[in-house]
Amino acid sequence: MGLLDQKFENSNIVITSMDNLLNWARLSSLWGMQFGLACCAIEMMATGASHYDLDRFGTFFRGTPRQSDVMIVAGTVTLKMASRIRVLYDQMSEPRYVISMGSCSNCGGPYWEHGYHVLKGVDRIIPVDVYVPGCPPRPEALMEGLLKLQEKIRTESLVKKKSA
Amino acid sequence: MTPQQILESLKSRFGEAVLDAKVDAFPDPWIRVAPATLREICLYLRDDGEMLFDVLMCLSGMDYRGGKLGVVYHCDSTVNHHRIVLKTEVTDAEPRVASVESVWKTANWHEREAFDLYGIVFDGHPDLRRILMPDDWSGFPLRKDYQVPEFYNGMKVPY
Repeated sequence: MGLLDQKFENSNIVITSMDNLLNWARLSSLWGMQFGLACCAIEMMATGASHYDLDRFGTFFRGTPRQSDVMIVAGTVTLKMASRIRVLYDQMSEPRYVISMGSCSNCGGPYWEHGYHVLKGVDRIIPVDVYVPGCPPRPEALMEGLLKLQEKIRTESLVKKKSA
Repeated sequence: MTPQQILESLKSRFGEAVLDAKVDAFPDPWIRVAPATLREICLYLRDDGEMLFDVLMCLSGMDYRGGKLGVVYHCDSTVNHHRIVLKTEVTDAEPRVASVESVWKTANWHEREAFDLYGIVFDGHPDLRRILMPDDWSGFPLRKDYQVPEFYNGMKVPY
């Protein structure tokens, strides 16, 4: 309740605008689509596990794109997988966000020079909101990426076009 | 059996199909055979009482420069506790090798990988198709003269 209860001290009324309410609701329950492709998936699992808990941010992983808000692309995106990623991204309903986790999905990673089979960055096929660098990024880094996405959603407006 | 004894046994049985060998190579002594009699040699290696190579550890494609491709078989015997490496060579223009999938089932996916990445066609394989690259990929990536394509299905491939 960090956003709403700063407005009043002692009253029993909460007045807020539609924007703030919607944005708060959206960022507090970002259901992620589990999309672990390679080694970053292990770090994503570690972030979701009990030590670095993601559930306290309202995130828990859904298996289907139809019911998720954010797709965390964790791992190397091969060209064979890229067409499937596009299909899955198109199946997500708006508002939808993408976090690119790790070096491989940011820019191709260690395969940038000789990887004939690697898509050099998932942003070549889908629009990305937050890039989390690292190979693999530590769980704290992924959490910071998620928090940055929450900041991004906090400043959204119903009038302006949403991200992606 | 030592690698030298395996070589002698193969030579006495198959004669001039055994082309070359290096039995003191470290770590894997190898024997090169002609591709025409490859399947008989593999059946003999698997079934003969003294050999009993019942496990194919690995089957790899090779590109020796100069228009030559090859296949390397790492065979292991869990019964007699010995290992040997078999090699064959085929030319770029006619890259056909007999499939040993009926001898060792392990070769099923390994031969698909060699076909996918080198273009070596295995005669007698029940399901020879690409296994790692996408099905509509053109070209064989691990050949030495391979050029990375500029675009694949609308996606830019190089960095």
